[in-house]
Amino acid sequence: MAGEVLKNIGAGTLHYRLSARKLVGTAAYMLFLLAVMVGIIGLVTLLVQVLVEGLPWLSPHFLTSYSSRHPEEAGIKAAMVGTIWLMGLTAAFTIPVGVGAAIYLEEYAPVNRLTRLIEVNIANLAGVPSIVYGLLGLALFVQALSMGRSLLAGALTLSLLVLPIVILSSREAIKAVPYTYREAAYGLGATQWEVVRRVIIPAALPGILTGTILAMSRAIGEAAPVIAISALVYLTFVPVDPLDRFTVLPIQIFNWMSRPQEDFRGLAAAGIIILLVILLSMNSVAAFVRNRYQARSEE
Amino acid sequence: MEQDSIVLRAQGLNVWYGEFQALRDIDLEIPRNRVTAFIGPSGCGKSTLLRCFNRMNELLPNSSVQGRILMEGQDIYASNVDPTEIRARIGMVFQKPNPFPKSIFDNVAFGLKVNGFQGNVQEVVERSLRRAALWDEVKDRLNSSALRLSGGQQQRLCIARALAVEPEVILMDEPASALDPIATLAIEDLMRELAPEVTIVIVTHNMQQAARVSYQTAFLMMGEDRAGYLVEHGATPEIFTNPKDERTEAYITGRFS
Repeated sequence: MAGEVLKNIGAGTLHYRLSARKLVGTAAYMLFLLAVMVGIIGLVTLLVQVLVEGLPWLSPHFLTSYSSRHPEEAGIKAAMVGTIWLMGLTAAFTIPVGVGAAIYLEEYAPVNRLTRLIEVNIANLAGVPSIVYGLLGLALFVQALSMGRSLLAGALTLSLLVLPIVILSSREAIKAVPYTYREAAYGLGATQWEVVRRVIIPAALPGILTGTILAMSRAIGEAAPVIAISALVYLTFVPVDPLDRFTVLPIQIFNWMSRPQEDFRGLAAAGIIILLVILLSMNSVAAFVRNRYQARSEE
Repeated sequence: MEQDSIVLRAQGLNVWYGEFQALRDIDLEIPRNRVTAFIGPSGCGKSTLLRCFNRMNELLPNSSVQGRILMEGQDIYASNVDPTEIRARIGMVFQKPNPFPKSIFDNVAFGLKVNGFQGNVQEVVERSLRRAALWDEVKDRLNSSALRLSGGQQQRLCIARALAVEPEVILMDEPASALDPIATLAIEDLMRELAPEVTIVIVTHNMQQAARVSYQTAFLMMGEDRAGYLVEHGATPEIFTNPKDERTEAYITGRFS
């Protein structure tokens, strides 16, 4: 039979069946490609639809006006400034606390049951639905600590939400620093803090930044916990200090999308574009810092 | 060897990792400004013994030490001694070259930085690289990453890094085992050149290497409970040509490993 190669090796025969095996390989390849395409096509469709609907609404007026009942007068200023404020504050709380906790768990914590319990809990917290954090923030920050429905309360709530992500990814980055670097530094008479500061943090920084980007990207798109804290849509001022009330882009977008008038759908799409632009510029700053650090250590 | 001045002296040294005893009753003297080699089969505790001399073994969880190691009459395990200071005075070079992911210059300057050096860093970096026979190869690219160097160059950089803080002793844990034969010879030459100024203690699996570079050799073995003990030690030519213990002879003639 053509194509069927046989070889007798004494106790039996090898059937190579090369063409059939290659066919299976090709089928697997096609399946994987299809899986990738589903994601890419979905994303592209989404982007195109948002751009088509939203671009006509994007204008200087849209960026500099407050929301309104009349679509042609409505703008996104309050939500945009609110989001920028909220992200800045959230990053300011999350990065030091998250990275600090990761360093403690990896470098200082004794290996015992309590440490393991804390580790398991952090991993579980990463999976808690965000509305639960919203309710926690409402009870703890807004009411118990009387911060009111302020930016500060919102940022602290979002920090709690994304801290587990930052801690987990920073720990992975620290764990990936070779043990031999630690030995080398200790062997030169460095103290534990000097080892952490001069060797471990610089080597882990690219990974820590990647985790932080992921966490902030999650935070910027969250509507549920912020609705629990703020729930404001019609704001005719921008926050100027952390105790001011605020609204954010996801809430504004959600509100516009739920209106019956067609025009508000366009406004929502324009809002999504702004959200994406802020997200992407945040990510590129982090990517820039990360690449600079990597380049410096490899040059 | 009676007239040698002794820089480090282990007395009744026992080491445990949790319940497991890694070393038993080690008594050993390290002569100043000479090369001492530790040889012995895998798992006999050579590296553990080496790491006791600058208290690096303490970084491993559950390790405990009994006995004394005297440096100029002072027990380095005394409660008032800070291991950080011991490690600044007794440097270490590891099995795998482990330069930091920093520039060549910053690698050599690291020990100066953490130990509060005030003075001409540039000068110390150059002197250390010269002493490690690396200066000519790297002098034009001190600011490029140490990770770009070859394995042998990286190991000499690690030696320069250790030399920069002027340690009295350098411990080397199989420093050439990850290197090719030519780089290995370069490291051995370097040890011979450095020995008049700094005490070197080396762990090696390579008996020819011990015979080539060392002045004193210590032979360790593993007991039935897997605890390492010192079989004998003495002048290297003695150990290799006329060992007192038949187990030493069996080991150096390759009858077991």
